[in-house]
Amino acid sequence: MELTSPRFKANVRDALRKPNLKIAMGRLISTMGPRRLAARAGLPEFERLCDQARDIKNHTLANLDFYLEAYETKLRATGGTLHWCRTPAEARAAILDLCRRADAKTVTKGKSMIAEEIGLNEFLDANGIEPVETDLGEYIIQIAGEAPSHIIAPAVHKTKEEIADLFFAKHQRYGLPKRSEPKDLVDDARKILRPRYIAADVGITGANFLIAETGSSVIVTNEGNGDLTQSLPKMHIVVASLEKLVPTLEDVTTVLRVLARSATGQEFSTYTTFSTGPRRADDLDGPAAYHVILLDNGRSRLLGTEFQDMLRCIRCGACMNNCPVYAAIGGHAYGSTYVGPMGAVLTPSLVGLADSYHLPNASSFCGRCEEVCPMRIPLPKMMRAYREQSFAAKLGPAPERWALAAWAFAAKRPRLYRLASEAAARLLGNHGARRGAFRRLPLAGGWTGGRDLPAPEGRTFHSLWRERQCSLARERQRPGAA
Amino acid sequence: MTTDRPTVALFVTCLVDLFRPRVGFAAIKLLEAAGCAVVVPDAQTCCGQPGYNSGDRADAVAIARQVIDAFAPYAYVVAPSGSCAGMIKRHYPTLFGADDPYRAKAEDLARRTHELTSFLVDIRGATRVAASYRGTIAYHDSCSSLREMGVSRQPRLLLASVDGATLAEAANPEVCCGFGGAFSVKYGDISNEMAGRKTQSLAATGAATVAGGDLGCLLNIAGKLKRDGSTVTVRHVAEILADDAHGPAIGEARDAPGEGHE
Repeated sequence: MELTSPRFKANVRDALRKPNLKIAMGRLISTMGPRRLAARAGLPEFERLCDQARDIKNHTLANLDFYLEAYETKLRATGGTLHWCRTPAEARAAILDLCRRADAKTVTKGKSMIAEEIGLNEFLDANGIEPVETDLGEYIIQIAGEAPSHIIAPAVHKTKEEIADLFFAKHQRYGLPKRSEPKDLVDDARKILRPRYIAADVGITGANFLIAETGSSVIVTNEGNGDLTQSLPKMHIVVASLEKLVPTLEDVTTVLRVLARSATGQEFSTYTTFSTGPRRADDLDGPAAYHVILLDNGRSRLLGTEFQDMLRCIRCGACMNNCPVYAAIGGHAYGSTYVGPMGAVLTPSLVGLADSYHLPNASSFCGRCEEVCPMRIPLPKMMRAYREQSFAAKLGPAPERWALAAWAFAAKRPRLYRLASEAAARLLGNHGARRGAFRRLPLAGGWTGGRDLPAPEGRTFHSLWRERQCSLARERQRPGAA
Repeated sequence: MTTDRPTVALFVTCLVDLFRPRVGFAAIKLLEAAGCAVVVPDAQTCCGQPGYNSGDRADAVAIARQVIDAFAPYAYVVAPSGSCAGMIKRHYPTLFGADDPYRAKAEDLARRTHELTSFLVDIRGATRVAASYRGTIAYHDSCSSLREMGVSRQPRLLLASVDGATLAEAANPEVCCGFGGAFSVKYGDISNEMAGRKTQSLAATGAATVAGGDLGCLLNIAGKLKRDGSTVTVRHVAEILADDAHGPAIGEARDAPGEGHE
């Protein structure tokens, strides 16, 4: 996808003008938050499991070189092939090469954020190979020509009515009538996709986990589309990034117990599918070839830095489901593959801070994301670290930097600060007294665009306090005073 | 209630200082009623969050040192704000390396620092206040009070003891109002949208008054309510608890009557 994060503010204005987005986001927030809470309440050891999951990932990241090699060794022993890819370009080239070897005309795809990250669909299209998204949400945005707006619910920005209109427009060529019921819409998509699974030459899926102990990849889905995608074609390509690694099967089961609960509030996703190598001689079905594209794309650079904790992320989406900023603007406004709080931290790591300056800055630091993150990722702390980098590199607008410098100059000089704040209190207090609040104020347009700014009372606390102390002292000095 | 008379240093906060000094005086009244001697150290300006949250770490550190020195001699430091108290308690210690002498000083200050209502309830053992206020009050949790300072029960306990007051609970009290300090100006569109959602849920309670412990949120909420023509009034919780809810509420004209108060 095209990175539009540099135009974040314009994206936000557009998003806030879309009434349907508000409806769709309202539905997401009002369902996902309570579902997660209910799932958490139903598992007394949930918080302890989160600590264990965090420790598993920390251990893996601290020994990533060892586990990566162990994984590759196991993968090879099962007949699979690992493709180390440093960049999105290398990953795309490796996938295209594999598709050509399979003489592929169409590939089916399970949901994969790494495929989004490397812009796989556009690339395959441009090379004469048709990608067919099989996850319902991904299918919707593919036929709409859009990017995902959520890492696990890619079409969450659309209302049911918008999807009905979209399906009617795109499905007329199959002779399908206008539908309105979700079940009918799903049935239509299923009817269209079924033959595509059979016809596909290659199936591409993501991976929620890669297991060093067994060389397996794991996907969790709710639609079963991933299973059809990876088991029917003759070649299965897994696209994954290197932080998906966990040491053992036992570890995977621990992390799985917090994943679905945090993501959708389910105890477990409907399908949890383990893939270990290609079809063996006595297997009834499965792909003849099994390849894993292992993408770095800047992640290994985060190891040993203050951003390493981000590599624990298991892409549950809890941070965005509970983020008031994400709820207000939706995912597309971020203009990046990864959105919401996790995207605000991961995007600068992947594309550089200059192009994504706004993402870690556009947060009220309410702390909800960190609170709900099952992997205990300190998202606000990392956003602040990126703010420190952007401050040092002077990436913010000059007037903001000047205002901050003036504030800091005064805040470090209490006597000067007293004079300035008293002058401001009197000036604003006088001007605002009649109405009690300002509709407009120079330099505060960001605030007063949609809100009034309550006026100061007219004197600062410290000047009033000093007056009170002085008059108390005078009273004490008066002859006859107690 | 304990019988000692500890000295409490009031961290006024820059917003109370500039916008609403009556909150500072209400806090002093409450602290004195709770048996404390209150001082107001002169060398305070701001806790440093505008710099800290904008990535200006050097100035945040310089201001933190200033606060640490100014508040060193006192048994307790209390702020009528979960945000500023949270900055001092949770973030100051992280600003200094392990070998910096200010690290231990920051940790010491952190141990002594409290948000106003939690200090009254948890440290001073207060269970009620002598105040009256007629009407239904919805308490707004600030994110920092809730998540950094563990404050939610304490202000509600004290408000429930106010003669004539009834408490109402808004839906989704844990959701941010959109203030976020400089965020409210830098990303005003988003902040305003968040404020609108918050004022809707507060207004839906039917409460005549919104009370909160952080003036930043309250300026945001009051400003949004005012722009939308709402009659819901907004006050700092200290004003109500100290029986000082006279005069105009936040954002009200200066000659407006102090509604709700008898």
